[in-house]
Amino acid sequence: MGNKQTTFTKEQLEAYQDCTYFTRKEILRLHGRYRELAPHLVPLDYTNNPDIRVPPSLIVTMPELKENPFRDRIVETFSEDGQGNMSFNDFVDMFSALCETSPRELKTIYAFKIYDFNRDSFICKEDLQKTLNKLTKGELTPEEVALVCDKAIEEADLDADSKLSFADFENMISKAPDFLSNFHIRI
Amino acid sequence: MPGENLITPENDTDIELDFADVEEFQKNHEKKRKKSSRRNDGETTKREKGRRKRSSKSTQRIREESQSRTDGGETGRRRRGKAEHEVKQDEGNEGKWEQTRAKTAKSKKNIKNEEKKLEVEMNGEAQGRSEKGKKKLECAKNEGEKRNGDKHKEIDKACKKKKKHKEIVEISSEPETSEEDEEEEEEAINDGELRPELLSPEELEKLKEAVDEKKKLIQSLRGKPWSMKKKLITLRDSQQFVEKYEGALGKGKGRKLYAYKVMMTKKWMKFQRDFENFKTACIPWEMKIKEIESKFDLEWSIFIIFFINQSFYRYIYSFYRTCFFFFCFFKQALVGKPYGSIPRKTVPRAEEASAMDFAVLWDFGGYAQYSVLFYGYYNNQRAIGWFKFRMPLSYFLVGVGTVAYSYMVVIRTMARNANESGIGDDNSFNFSWKMFTSWDYLIGNPETADNKFASITTSFKEAILEEQESRKDDTIHLTRFLRVLANFLVLCCLAGSGYLIYFVVRRSQKFALEGLENHTWWERNEVNGVRKSLLQLVVVSFNLPDLKYGQSHFFAKQRWLLPGLPKGNIWHMCNKRVIIIIIIIFMTFIFFIQQEFVRLIISDTMTTYITLLIGDFLRAVLVRFLNHCWCWDLEAGFPSYSEFDVSGNVLGLIFNQGMIWMGAFYAPCLPALNLLRLHVSMYLQCWAVMCCNVPQERVFKASGSNNFYMAMLLVILFLSTLPAIYTIVTIPPSFDCGPFSGKNRMFDVIQETLESDFPAWFSKVFSYASNPGLVLPFILLMILAIYYLQSTSKSYKEANVELKKKLQMQNEENKKKNKQAALKAQMDLEEAKKSASEAMEPQRNNNASVQRQEANDEENHNRSRKMHHGCNPSARADDREPHLPVRGPGPRTYHNGNHGNPRYLPGYHQQNEPSRMYRVPSMQRH
Repeated sequence: MGNKQTTFTKEQLEAYQDCTYFTRKEILRLHGRYRELAPHLVPLDYTNNPDIRVPPSLIVTMPELKENPFRDRIVETFSEDGQGNMSFNDFVDMFSALCETSPRELKTIYAFKIYDFNRDSFICKEDLQKTLNKLTKGELTPEEVALVCDKAIEEADLDADSKLSFADFENMISKAPDFLSNFHIRI
Repeated sequence: MPGENLITPENDTDIELDFADVEEFQKNHEKKRKKSSRRNDGETTKREKGRRKRSSKSTQRIREESQSRTDGGETGRRRRGKAEHEVKQDEGNEGKWEQTRAKTAKSKKNIKNEEKKLEVEMNGEAQGRSEKGKKKLECAKNEGEKRNGDKHKEIDKACKKKKKHKEIVEISSEPETSEEDEEEEEEAINDGELRPELLSPEELEKLKEAVDEKKKLIQSLRGKPWSMKKKLITLRDSQQFVEKYEGALGKGKGRKLYAYKVMMTKKWMKFQRDFENFKTACIPWEMKIKEIESKFDLEWSIFIIFFINQSFYRYIYSFYRTCFFFFCFFKQALVGKPYGSIPRKTVPRAEEASAMDFAVLWDFGGYAQYSVLFYGYYNNQRAIGWFKFRMPLSYFLVGVGTVAYSYMVVIRTMARNANESGIGDDNSFNFSWKMFTSWDYLIGNPETADNKFASITTSFKEAILEEQESRKDDTIHLTRFLRVLANFLVLCCLAGSGYLIYFVVRRSQKFALEGLENHTWWERNEVNGVRKSLLQLVVVSFNLPDLKYGQSHFFAKQRWLLPGLPKGNIWHMCNKRVIIIIIIIFMTFIFFIQQEFVRLIISDTMTTYITLLIGDFLRAVLVRFLNHCWCWDLEAGFPSYSEFDVSGNVLGLIFNQGMIWMGAFYAPCLPALNLLRLHVSMYLQCWAVMCCNVPQERVFKASGSNNFYMAMLLVILFLSTLPAIYTIVTIPPSFDCGPFSGKNRMFDVIQETLESDFPAWFSKVFSYASNPGLVLPFILLMILAIYYLQSTSKSYKEANVELKKKLQMQNEENKKKNKQAALKAQMDLEEAKKSASEAMEPQRNNNASVQRQEANDEENHNRSRKMHHGCNPSARADDREPHLPVRGPGPRTYHNGNHGNPRYLPGYHQQNEPSRMYRVPSMQRH
């Protein structure tokens, strides 16, 4: 970061700035954080875009994600291969989408993906159950879980197919007061 | 996002993300296109050169040219030819010509060989003068030629078709979208490659549109839910495109202007980016805040948001002020009369003996009183120095300007907050919101996370209970009783605090009259102490109603006894009272202590630090170390560690800010002082919070209270500017009023300037404009406008509520209809099958149910296959329709009912449509 050696060229930094909501400093800091995760794997010099991926087991050890019940899903969602192996690009992408300045629309899209555990483009009951169990650490009884899931679907499902499509989800989340303040990670 | 799509296409993974190397990427797509794009760069200019040369028809020259020209120019011509080749292949001669060309290019074993061929060709052309060959050569350069124009159009059309095709493709989201994108790009390049000067206005317009589109794309790229790789590639391509064709746009006179505009926008963008970078570099505490935020989730984040807003704004504001006042100050030091030169800059002889005592300086008496800190120090000459710096005028304008600026900032922040928090209020998505938005992604501390898990579980249980049990009568009575009690208590507090302030301020005035020296430290700082403790009281009353409706863990258990206690607006109700208290407290201050801001701020800071050290740090130390030898668990039991008290701290900030606003006009260096104080206190507070506070266990609604604090800030701002304006307008400045001493009124400086520095007509206009006859109607007009706007907004609100109701009804109806329709369709299907099977094979009758199952499965399968192709969920309703016939002869009404459903949301349709194109690839990415 503060080293004399260049990590990115000026063009790279500018391109990253155009593609994300970060400033130069933050991108460099992100690189530092990324490198911290696997110092033996990630080079300092990124000017030639090495194709390096850090496994999810390392990514989720970040303090920003460590306590998050959805950490595995987040990492999977943003990784290009869907398995959670993240290149630096994915890494930047993730924090850009989750940062404070990113718009509600973008966040909604990614939130939908994160909560869609089985990746079938619908949030079905199964997904809801998983979400709920992660949120409460499984402290609700199965009946309670079922009730909550039913209620949630009943509330948000507009077309009565007993699962939430993206449109349903978007409609629901666009009115949520806490979504923007809660769905963000500061890096 | 089906599984197959999660794995990116083979050729994609091969691609190295190369900034420098365009070709590498394009190689994977199309070799031909690669070649062309590589040569694109030098092409236009070279072709142009070539054309000019060729226009003279001498063979000699052509030969020379063909020899001297490099490969680039050559392929440029070939390329142009190819483009035409694509469009019209019917012309035989040209086709031949074209083929030889292509061969020439392909067999580029050595350039000499090629040159030979070229020569032959050129000679052939020159000698034979085959008309078509010549035409061919010239066809690109002849503007007027109709044919040529047609060709352009054709290309354009082709391009458009491609575009349309691409859109379609994107909507259905085939995996090769990116490839298509590339192709489209290429096509566009082909299009633009036709020299700009030769393009008709329409084409220019099109090109311009394309460039603008690209520019827009670049701008909006960061908001696209694509993978970073795709974004980077798109960015690079678009930039190249824009770079290339931007300069070519515009014609004649317009061209220069356009180029200039382009340059300026570029510069402006660069500047913006640099400024953004600079801004982040200016906030050194970012990391610290982040650390804290991860420990103290929501609670802190309000404070932090507030603090950042405030401090950033203060940053600018203080910078601005200090800059100005430093300027004044230097001016003053360099040019103005120094200390002691005039009576009001000199310590009176009677006080001189004690003027350097610390106690006196502490109270900002003695030398401090006559320092640059206060406005008594500033000169009242109309203009000083070589620049004719107009000291009093600028002093006045800056004072007024900052107040105006503050108003603007506060109101703008409020508006933004109101926007962000959305519609909020309605409770129709209670469970789903709890499910999807209750986890705070900022949390990074295990303890906080545990608390959060617990509180989320509790809130779910509460919601379930609420759902299960209807409200009971006795609890309503209880609630009412509690409400009355709370209000009574708050009222008592209000009356008590009002009296206390009155009493204390009176006393302090008495002390002041008698002379401060005769009294103890406490007596002198009593007012501040009382204010502090009252503030504490306010904070307690802030939290009290919170306890009442059971958000606190104290009451978490009791809550089970009182299920169904309405989550009503007790808090909001009390808020209003709290505001009243605050206003009363503040008003009293305003009218009693006018000149003591600086002292007040300093002592306030000191008390803050002291309470911080004793209340938090000492307590934490005691709890930690005495815990080993105590009879109960101190950490978990009674004293425990202190919690960070957001409301108290935010209120403190607000009061502080109010004081700054009030005092700034009289003590110009106050903001600078405050900045210093703010930084120190922030670091101190950060340290204290991290080392001795524990995260709160209460759930706190961040979104609601954010604007509440801002509103309070606004009220305070208004209150604090009142006295300043009052003095400016009514009280004649006294002898030691610095820049304004000797004037009748402070605002006389404006008149003075108008009279002496502006032409006569200007002051005349001004005096007309400030005539009451003009001002009063204007004010009236404004009031009427406000009234009008308010009433319209009210009616809009009502319409909104109405719409919401309708929507809900419709939704429910639709749901019912859907269910019924589905049932009916199934029954129909069954019947149809029955009859069919009865007619055909009687024995299959038994399998009807199985078949129905199958039919459903098939339908599901179809749909999910659609999904596998990455179709946008929002387009689902449409997707479904075509499949309906599979179910059999369903009633027609069903289609209508189904189709209308998700689109009924007002604004939803429009919102969704344009963004669909971009969303799709993302859904497909994984």
